[in-house]
Amino acid sequence: MSPRDNPFALPPLHGSTARRIWGMVYRHVCLFRSSWPRLVQLAYWPTVQMCIWGVFSTFMQQNSGWVAQAAGVLIGGVLLWDVLFRGQLGLSLSFFEEMWSRNLGNLFVSPLRPWEFVASMVVMSLLRTLAGLVPAAFLAVPLFGFWLGDLGWALPLFFGLLMAMGWAIALVVVALVLRKGLGAEELAWAIIFGLAPLSCIYYPVSALPGFIQPIALALPSTHVFEGMRAVMFRGEVPLGHLAWAAGLDLLYLGIGAVVFVLIFRAARRRGLLLSIGE
Amino acid sequence: MTAPDTAPDTAPDTAPDTALPAAAAARAPAAYPPPGAPLAIIAEGLSKRYGEVVAVDDISFAVPAGQTVALLGGNGAGKTTTIAMLLGLLLPDAGRITILGEDMLRHRFRVLPRMNFSSPYVSLPNRLTVRENLTVFGHLYGVQGTAARIAELAEALDLGAFLNRPSGDLSAGQKTRVALAKALINRPALLLLDEPTASLDPDTGDQVRGWLERYRVETGATILLASHNMAEVERMAGHVLMMKRGRIVDQGAPAALIARYGRGTLEEVFLDIARGRGNGAAADGGARP
Repeated sequence: MSPRDNPFALPPLHGSTARRIWGMVYRHVCLFRSSWPRLVQLAYWPTVQMCIWGVFSTFMQQNSGWVAQAAGVLIGGVLLWDVLFRGQLGLSLSFFEEMWSRNLGNLFVSPLRPWEFVASMVVMSLLRTLAGLVPAAFLAVPLFGFWLGDLGWALPLFFGLLMAMGWAIALVVVALVLRKGLGAEELAWAIIFGLAPLSCIYYPVSALPGFIQPIALALPSTHVFEGMRAVMFRGEVPLGHLAWAAGLDLLYLGIGAVVFVLIFRAARRRGLLLSIGE
Repeated sequence: MTAPDTAPDTAPDTAPDTALPAAAAARAPAAYPPPGAPLAIIAEGLSKRYGEVVAVDDISFAVPAGQTVALLGGNGAGKTTTIAMLLGLLLPDAGRITILGEDMLRHRFRVLPRMNFSSPYVSLPNRLTVRENLTVFGHLYGVQGTAARIAELAEALDLGAFLNRPSGDLSAGQKTRVALAKALINRPALLLLDEPTASLDPDTGDQVRGWLERYRVETGATILLASHNMAEVERMAGHVLMMKRGRIVDQGAPAALIARYGRGTLEEVFLDIARGRGNGAAADGGARP
């Protein structure tokens, strides 16, 4: 039926994609505004991690030739790992907040499109990650003389590639939680920690057993950390690793999006959007 | 927002033909919906199964614009499932849904800005204040002048005292009023309400019912209501769809149903249908609209 034939046709409301995404971001900003412990917590863990690895690095610089070659390689590793970790967790937790508050039913009968919902979670993930990373990165300068910005123009590329991988994992986690309920929320932590050893954060990929190396190189994060070490040790940006990471990110984001769409449809068939909650 | 065309306020569910004996008139429901009335909801052959359980079994009904229609039935009768399908939260296994002139299954985003709902099965984020929650939904629905709209709703639903308090700190009755405010934030042309006055004390419940009736009359909105409160249904609904085991087993205006079953209240009619007894032509027979 065309709008002209529809007797219920009404003047347009003032909705737009940008306004709906802002509405969802505003919802999470209000959450943080009302709870300073949440905000402090964002920066707390990255800072603690950075301090532990900073002290360890200082010790190793005096006792290990490998680390001494590029001071700060461990601190750089832990800070970039946190980009992946917080990026994934930021998106997943934004979704869990809606499930915990049994708000999904309200959201999905509003004009908010599912992709707009995901976009708002991506924005929140970015804000959460920056809120965690920036204080720790600045604190590393006076404490350990390490400045993350020394990675140069490769830094925003590493950041973007790790965030994208985090979002791809988060889409799958969110889809599984939507399908299996909040009992599956531990996946948000378990999956990312399971990938840590394979991502070669603190050691080169060559340190892994030979048969595991191809699996490790199938992760964008492994290429990013190899790239980070190449910049720090040799002062060169390995474009090959960046290209691999970008290609793998696209693949995994595609898989994540397909899994999310399929499970979202299944949730509409099963009525999970109305019933799911704590 | 202009209101959709409205049907007459009082639905002619029973033929006012005084020449017929009263009992016969009561047993012969007039055509519903009235021919030519613009229809806000058209549900055709809706079915939904959860595994072996048939939640909704091939139901069809229509709701004329500007009227209040109630879905009545016991627990598990299929009311909430029906509402969830109408909202697009749940995909039917079979059937068609047309809402405000649009195919809901194919173009739900054309119509979702014009409708809203309230249900005890969902809630608003507890840590956000009432004002923040309503602001979020103002953004989602594209409401112009959200702050002014919130002020209007706060006045109408008496939310002013707790507008700046976290939603989680409110009493059950206050939460119900906030849920209604959220449901009205976009001045919906179609309002789906699942137990809208649950948890409200009689005085507040009465005020809310009055406010919903005024809203319908003033804006020409259509209301589909699922409720266990028979007095509420008798007062608000011009037409009642009685559901049992996923089917519409009878329907009519409250007064017509009461007369047809030879009972004094809608609650007694409800019990007759729930227990499969009484004078209704289709108390347990799966009558079709």
